[in-house]
Amino acid sequence: MSIMKDSREATMIGRRTDGSTIRRPLSPHLQVYDMLQMSSALSISGRITGVIWSLGVLLMVWWLLAAAAGPEAFTRVQWFLSSWLGLLILFGMTGAAWFHTINGIRHLAWDAGYGFDIPSMYRSGWAALIATGVLTVVTWIVAIIAWA
Amino acid sequence: MANDHAANTMLRSPLGRVRGLGSAKGGTHHWWLQRLTSIALLPLTIWFAFSAALLAGASYEDTVAWIGRPWNAVLLLATIALVFHHIASGIQVIVEDYANQEWTKMSSILAVKAICALLAIASALAVLRIAV
Repeated sequence: MSIMKDSREATMIGRRTDGSTIRRPLSPHLQVYDMLQMSSALSISGRITGVIWSLGVLLMVWWLLAAAAGPEAFTRVQWFLSSWLGLLILFGMTGAAWFHTINGIRHLAWDAGYGFDIPSMYRSGWAALIATGVLTVVTWIVAIIAWA
Repeated sequence: MANDHAANTMLRSPLGRVRGLGSAKGGTHHWWLQRLTSIALLPLTIWFAFSAALLAGASYEDTVAWIGRPWNAVLLLATIALVFHHIASGIQVIVEDYANQEWTKMSSILAVKAICALLAIASALAVLRIAV
């Protein structure tokens, strides 16, 4: 057998329950999807917002470490987070976090076997988008009231 | 031509094959922990998001007092542990999906896990330093 060029090949050889080998189909990549479809657009958005939020968690780490380090370090975090750029990043992060959270609930429902049919999937997709918008705005209203 | 069946039969029993945990060598453990951490993070996320919003513009003294309050510190520590576990396992799946070379896959996953572990320890230490 030749040396594998792509390590994913290793996972393409599976076995049926009777033990006989079978070549599994290669999972389709991003470019095969129509990204204007709700299903695929929200699917990849879940992953992208997960990555964005992971980067956003760095702000939480910075915030905690600065609070532990002392007033000077904390002032620097507050300065950055309340700057024009900081607020923009925080706002984007809030949206990404809420979307990832709500889309995650959809995934948990699917894992439990609910809402798989296309009409339900579209309905929950729109609900997720609307809820993301509402929760993002509500979070910022709370923040602005607290700030004022 | 001897026997097609014989060629396809392994010495492993069906139970052994399941315990061998399939092509990913991990069974459903990784998948299951992703769901568990996500469920646990659901209330913690809502709590943290609104707590952080309420702390907008708070002074150093107020913020440190908030972090140091026992329940807040406990929930922060839980959030830190679960968040970094969830991030590491999530990024691992992304790397597994898109990395073509075994060594890039392996080294990226190990790097991500190392970074997540260090950030988690640093964040936990910060909370403990304030709370204790």
